Amino acid sequence: MERKIRVLVAKPGLDGHDRGAKVIARALRDAGMEVVYTGLQQTPQMIVDAALQEDVDVIGLSILSGAHMTLLPKVTQLLHAAGAADVLVVAGGIISDADAEILRREHGIAAVYGPGASTNEIVDFIRRSVKPERFSGAEV
Amino acid sequence: MGLIDQMRAGDRRALARLVTIVENGGDDGRRALAKLYQYTGQAHIIGVTGPPGAGKSTLVNEIALELRRRDASVGILAVDPTSPFTGGAILGDRIRMQPLGHDRSIFVRSMASRGQLGGIARATGDVVKVLDAAGFNAIIVETIGAGQAEVEIAREAHTTVVVEVPGLGDDVQAIKAGILEIADVFVVNKADREDAQKTQRHLQAMLQLGGVPREQWDVPIVMTVATRGEGVAQAVDAIQSHLQHLKAGGYFGERERQRVEREFRMILQGLALGLVQERVGAAQREAMVAQIQTRRIDPYTAAERMLAEALGVGEAR
Repeated sequence: MERKIRVLVAKPGLDGHDRGAKVIARALRDAGMEVVYTGLQQTPQMIVDAALQEDVDVIGLSILSGAHMTLLPKVTQLLHAAGAADVLVVAGGIISDADAEILRREHGIAAVYGPGASTNEIVDFIRRSVKPERFSGAEV
Repeated sequence: MGLIDQMRAGDRRALARLVTIVENGGDDGRRALAKLYQYTGQAHIIGVTGPPGAGKSTLVNEIALELRRRDASVGILAVDPTSPFTGGAILGDRIRMQPLGHDRSIFVRSMASRGQLGGIARATGDVVKVLDAAGFNAIIVETIGAGQAEVEIAREAHTTVVVEVPGLGDDVQAIKAGILEIADVFVVNKADREDAQKTQRHLQAMLQLGGVPREQWDVPIVMTVATRGEGVAQAVDAIQSHLQHLKAGGYFGERERQRVEREFRMILQGLALGLVQERVGAAQREAMVAQIQTRRIDPYTAAERMLAEALGVGEAR
């Protein structure tokens, strides 16, 4: 049975620069993952709706606009409300260490990456964190 | 309550999980299919294919919106290619389908081709069954960007839409075999471009050369500008007329019979191979491969011998 890690890469909010998101998407692809890329200007609701339909293991959020303390907790709240708190959420962008700490501790963001983070590090973290058999033997 | 019951009650997360289970195959996938198969056979399955960049995703988005205006619920399966080197994939069709996000009567799922040639994934037909069992009136399958030989979609869909764009080749391209032959509906997208009329004329000429149309259906050519929604209502008219034509002319049942028979044969083939591999040990298989490689036996005779041994009979034929 083939088990691919599925990742949604999205940019919440209004910033218009997605080079970083594309670099990450490409790196995850090269690591053998299936990456759903939804592009720019996504609301938290759009991101969560897409993640549920695509049944992804991971959501990767790229944010440079400074609105991360508003938008990122909203994504994890909506996931919670949808009964999908098991989806791993990681973030990347211009996020201060202090904010990153709060996002990790209080808002369920599993990891936060800043400029200079290596793509290998991100790939390794995702591989370590995603459970290999998420619903093997589920009652159909 | 199992996932299938939840899905049939409208639970979208259960649907998404069933898609994953069926896509991944194996015992779990087979159990799910065995249970949901009874609910399938209701949806109009529409294939949309054409070269990369022709505007397939944008068109699928517009077709889905138009179908919604006509009160149909829509499941969309968008296939993108898997990298042959890493096994990974970028699935980017959703970018063009943002307007469909909020509507609970639309469900969009991206799918990687996972090594299968032919424009769709091996499991695409099975995932279509999941969407069918979920009760969508129409299911649109968008293939990977297709060249000339990606014709698998025509075997899965009731209505195949081939999207062409102006400026891709001369009239000789239009008489070659392959993807142009599978069209039930032609869409010339980006019809505001120069040369759109020429593309339309080439397709028309090709269709006229074809003689008696397959299944007595005159393939329509619809001009669209999908980014502005122009011509989309006409495209949906053509798609829906085609289904009515198949049903009224008695072709629908025959197509279904062919599809089911082919599917059954492929499953049987897979099972037979599994049986042979199970009964003839790996060591013996490898020995056979070595003999074939050193030209001491040809592959046909080798296969016959192995089958005979697995079945416990003299010679297979």
